[in-house]
Amino acid sequence: MSPISRGFHRRHEEAEPAGRVPPGQYVTPDFPVLSAGPTPHTPVANWTFSIEGGQSPASWTWAEFQALPAETVTVDIHCVTRWSKLDTVWKGVSLDVLLGAVSYDAPYVLAFCDGGYTTNLPVADLKDGKAWVAYSYGGSPLAPEHGGPARLLVPHLYFWKSAKWVRGLRLRETDAPGFWEMYGYHMYGDPWREQRYAGD
Amino acid sequence: MAWQTATVDSLVDETASVRTILLSVPDWAGHEAGQHLDVRLTAEDGYRAERSYSIASAPGEPVAITVERLDDGEVSPYLTEELRAGDEIELRGPIGGYFVWEPAFSGPLLLLAGGSGVVPLRAMLRHRSRVGSSVPVRLLYSARSWAEVIYRAELARLGDGVQVIYALTREQPPGWTGYARRADQAMITEVAWPVAQAPLAYVCGPTNFVEAVAADLVALGYPPAQVKTERFGATGTP
Amino acid sequence: MDALEDGVVDGNAIGGLLIEVFGTEMTTAVVTCAQCGATGQVAELAVYRPGLGTVVRCRSCDNVLMVFVQIRSVTCVDLMGLAQLA
Repeated sequence: MSPISRGFHRRHEEAEPAGRVPPGQYVTPDFPVLSAGPTPHTPVANWTFSIEGGQSPASWTWAEFQALPAETVTVDIHCVTRWSKLDTVWKGVSLDVLLGAVSYDAPYVLAFCDGGYTTNLPVADLKDGKAWVAYSYGGSPLAPEHGGPARLLVPHLYFWKSAKWVRGLRLRETDAPGFWEMYGYHMYGDPWREQRYAGD
Repeated sequence: MAWQTATVDSLVDETASVRTILLSVPDWAGHEAGQHLDVRLTAEDGYRAERSYSIASAPGEPVAITVERLDDGEVSPYLTEELRAGDEIELRGPIGGYFVWEPAFSGPLLLLAGGSGVVPLRAMLRHRSRVGSSVPVRLLYSARSWAEVIYRAELARLGDGVQVIYALTREQPPGWTGYARRADQAMITEVAWPVAQAPLAYVCGPTNFVEAVAADLVALGYPPAQVKTERFGATGTP
Repeated sequence: MDALEDGVVDGNAIGGLLIEVFGTEMTTAVVTCAQCGATGQVAELAVYRPGLGTVVRCRSCDNVLMVFVQIRSVTCVDLMGLAQLA
């Protein structure tokens, strides 16, 4: 039985449940940099974004990607490590545009990234204005430590699904666990149902 | 290795933001110079936090850790500001078989500290003194300012056979003639024992400091196996 | 900076975790990377702790050597990136 450490408490108290912050989260003004590996520094000259699988796989170079219609969005983001950051401003290409360019009927994707990170999502969670490939944060080009040149942005799910250094999506018939999912993190990851771990 | 409950015996303020905590650990099996222990705190709501701290005392001395308060920290502000003599804390240790110095190791000793990286090196120096070793030592200690040098008085009293060289990177006292910049190849070249003497080096501090200094030593010809490293993470730029 | 984002450290920092998992001191154990064959002591490996888990990588080629994830007091250990752990 561990002794209670007199006077010790967690540094960040959970936010009041005001409807804006999911359960178990606290709001931070910071933007923590959490990485499972070294920051890649892919020159945009070498960068492509691809959608693999389906009936008509597609790939865009940086220049082609920049020519796609982009949106600026303000969203809240929620990390499974319990911090939430409100009103973050991003610019990027909607997955509706990217998926709209290919023909497919697969229900799942595995996002893949420079450095080898992967994460899985249902295609339905990338469509209808719910996700972007973002290349700008807070009005500036996305910094490498935050996922630049571009990262996936899927704010309605825990932020480990918003894969940094994303280079493409692999369309799949089945939902295959990505990097963290393989080790016990939730396959879907809805912060509003507090789906942090498998079985939640 | 089980968690055990230790009692805080006393606290020593080393600098404005650094405190040494002396502990009574009932089932302490002894430790080696350079090892660390893990501390675990449990809040009333069951919330737990764990951190590792280098042991600041020599083998045979009461267990002590030296903790630097990090402004954004969760555990260090508690340990440096709230904790009192008589309080209990959970710990496990000693841990670590790599970053360890024993007097039997031959070769002149080169210790390189970035900020609070001096803590395990101080345990080594205390061990050396306690056993009466005559192994020559040079300590290069990089700190932001004179006020932030930990164990200042003790390091001044180490006597013959130990040279302490300071690099004060941000602020220097009036009349300072020592290094006033971050460690670089030139500084390492000036301070390091010649490779021909088969020295043993221990580098400890923030990751960037450790990587740069270790690379400088290897560039000088130190065999990598003779350069032991312990990275504390990004906090506390030297 | 928070302890949450302590940047990359080395195998010394996970000494306690390794004792928990392997039952013994492991920082001086020698590993061989399954991807590039580089060998080194665990203490010298690159350790990333992004809050979700602990990822240990080869210094030479960044290959993931070990992953430790602790969820609900169960530790998941993946050593697939090691060719050898001595």
